[in-house]
Amino acid sequence: MADPASSTDGNAPASEPLTEPPAPPLPRHTLTVRITHWVAALSALALLVTGIELVISHPRFYWGEEGNVNTSTLFSLPIPSSRGSVPTGYSYVLPDQNGWSRALHFQTAWVVVPTGLWYLLSSLLSGHLLKDLLPSRAGLSPKALFRTALDHLLFRPVRREPAYNPLQRISYLVVVFVAFPFMIWTGLAMSPSATSLLPFLATALGGHQSARTLHFLDTIFLVLFVAAHVVMVFRTGFRRQLAGMIGGGSKEEG
Amino acid sequence: MNGGMSRRRLITTGLAAAAGLSGMAVAARLARKYGLVPPDGGGPYGAGTTLTYAAQRVLTRHTLAREFPRGMISKRPFANGAPPTFEEFTKLQAGGFSDWRLEVNGMVSNPGSFSLPDLRSLPPRSQVTQVVCEEGWSYIAEWIGTPLSLILQTAGILPQARFVVYYSIEKGMWDSLDMADALHPQTLVTYGFNGGDLPVRFGGPLRIRVPRQLAYKSVKYLTRLTVTDDLRNFGKGLGSASAEEGYSWCPGI
Repeated sequence: MADPASSTDGNAPASEPLTEPPAPPLPRHTLTVRITHWVAALSALALLVTGIELVISHPRFYWGEEGNVNTSTLFSLPIPSSRGSVPTGYSYVLPDQNGWSRALHFQTAWVVVPTGLWYLLSSLLSGHLLKDLLPSRAGLSPKALFRTALDHLLFRPVRREPAYNPLQRISYLVVVFVAFPFMIWTGLAMSPSATSLLPFLATALGGHQSARTLHFLDTIFLVLFVAAHVVMVFRTGFRRQLAGMIGGGSKEEG
Repeated sequence: MNGGMSRRRLITTGLAAAAGLSGMAVAARLARKYGLVPPDGGGPYGAGTTLTYAAQRVLTRHTLAREFPRGMISKRPFANGAPPTFEEFTKLQAGGFSDWRLEVNGMVSNPGSFSLPDLRSLPPRSQVTQVVCEEGWSYIAEWIGTPLSLILQTAGILPQARFVVYYSIEKGMWDSLDMADALHPQTLVTYGFNGGDLPVRFGGPLRIRVPRQLAYKSVKYLTRLTVTDDLRNFGKGLGSASAEEGYSWCPGI
């Protein structure tokens, strides 16, 4: 999923294997992509760690408006809790970390949401979005999608389109246009202050507890995405990919 | 990359950084002027806490918390924590709370106290709202009580008032509201719950309800209101006991 990404290195033959020399040109990412990528990566880490801490205080999930230890769950996590009032089956209670976790969770949201908007606006204006992320019609054909999926699953070198392959483009688009906005939406839907302004944030999802459950499921989806992303970075040359996302590559090296 | 490009980039970056910094300084001054900085707006998470508070004050000054039809009232609401067992409380409880008082002092022209019948004689408000705990659980219940704004009016709140500090009979349990929340029509001093008296385990005989904020703001066993223009003299100056433990003073999210 993390083939060399670029709008300028489309001259590699489509059948060139990735794992053998001659190495494909260094991925060339714009400064905006590089900065927003690493801000998002650090933010994801902070949001995940604090999010886990918050879930530990009530590792039960519900559907609808109400949900507490007196009501039945949709599902619950088999982990200990940081609250003695939650029945978990464990004889011990973990220390409460919610104060700083909440504060860091929201502070990170204040950093990452504007960063995401900056990425979106810049990608739209620079053409990155249309050129590198929108899959071509040919790439979207069932045959091409099946072939790319098979290449991934059989650990074969993935045939390259210019820049990203079609599955990679679809994954990135889903993350940028579905998973991220939905995370913001479900997050705000849990806020009694936000729903006082925009009640439909919660009601459209089925209620406060539905929003919380969906926020959690969206997290699982994004954790799986990051895992696949990192696996593909390793498969396509960890050092080279990392150098590309840090330094951006240059014409001389390419 | 040639020298000219990098010099130009350096100048642009420098100018952008200078503009950013001065912009932030202006924003901070404006935020203070318009009361958008919370008492707990310092420390490592102060920036986020301040942005969250400022956003609420700008966007939700007059919005109403979601209210629900009576049919959605939870059959089995969850009462968090155990009722007080210390003698001061149990004595009052044994007397049916007939000696319970809500004291009002500070920046009011008529400091004094309200008994439960005094509060019940004021026009009540009933609302079915959701109790949302920062831990993640929630329930829906009907809350009946006197709007805090009416109590403050009755006590003759002075124009320079900026915050209302409130105390539980439980030692160390105190919190405060800015005037936007204190005068908000849904901020109630409640004595009724789901059509009956407010049970002790849900905070009876008196509990403040601030439905646009998380439940820890809705302090149980309310005994005193102090109106002030400065929170620095209360506790560590962070506005609440929870804020001193790292829980934000304005938990609307």
